[in-house]
Amino acid sequence: MFKYFEPNKIFSITSKAPKYVLLLFIIVLSIGLTEALILSPEDYKQSHSVRIMYVHVPAAWISLGIFSSITFLSLIGFIFKIRNFFLISKSLAPSGLVFNIVALVTGSIWGKPTWGTWWAWDARITSMLILAMFYIMYIIAWRIYDNNDKVFKATSVITILGIINVPIIKYSVDWWNTLHQPASINILSNSSIHISMLIPLLIMTAAFALFSLLIFLMKYNTELIKIKNKGLDRL
Amino acid sequence: MIKEFLLMDGFGLYVWSAFGFTLFNFVTLYIFTKIQYVKEKNKFIAKFGTLNSERAAFAKSQSINKEILSNISNI
Repeated sequence: MFKYFEPNKIFSITSKAPKYVLLLFIIVLSIGLTEALILSPEDYKQSHSVRIMYVHVPAAWISLGIFSSITFLSLIGFIFKIRNFFLISKSLAPSGLVFNIVALVTGSIWGKPTWGTWWAWDARITSMLILAMFYIMYIIAWRIYDNNDKVFKATSVITILGIINVPIIKYSVDWWNTLHQPASINILSNSSIHISMLIPLLIMTAAFALFSLLIFLMKYNTELIKIKNKGLDRL
Repeated sequence: MIKEFLLMDGFGLYVWSAFGFTLFNFVTLYIFTKIQYVKEKNKFIAKFGTLNSERAAFAKSQSINKEILSNISNI
């Protein structure tokens, strides 16, 4: 089954896909921004500041999703010795870190009018900051180790330690008394968010997911060409 | 009406700075990733150009190398 993930097989797709993903991203983002900034209603309590949710929440979701994917791929790659899974993980990390930073900064901007402070060391915010540190450690590990075995081991350890933090982020608002509000959207039960706000939120999430796919494809192609460059040196 | 839209009942500065920061990060990451991609591709093309005909033919027999050379204008 894993032979389908061979770089030779997927490069022909990944090299052509970015321009279509970029076009789709621009279309979905334009719709999302129109919905988020113009069409969606203001909140009865938070007024227009609620619009920050349309960038803050999707960024946090995608950042968590990417880290979970990196961990899963690193583990499978380590167990079954599939080098390409590490390459995919490495290519996902930059957009994951950027989404993490966007979630932290937009959360801080949202915090000022809502809580009266830019920053609080509460469980949700602190655990998101810890996730950013794991992203940074992961990216640095790829830069400092030349040896493939060492980098595969180091990045696997970092992701395993980091994944412990993911459920803490998710449930921090339930386990501790935090400034951060509890989740408004629940897949398994009724969500407390109104449909007029849910739709723009989902469109913006789709736009952000497309952006991370675009960056992943460009980064993955770059990594493959880097390997091929080394191959040409050996000829 | 435009002024109202920009001011957002006094929350405009917060909302626009959050959206602005997000878009700035997107553009920066996109440009940075594209520069890296173009740099590696140019390096590949330059290295490929220095190969003699026999080695170039061998390198071109590998499907990824052929794809890289055929997709020079991509992205």
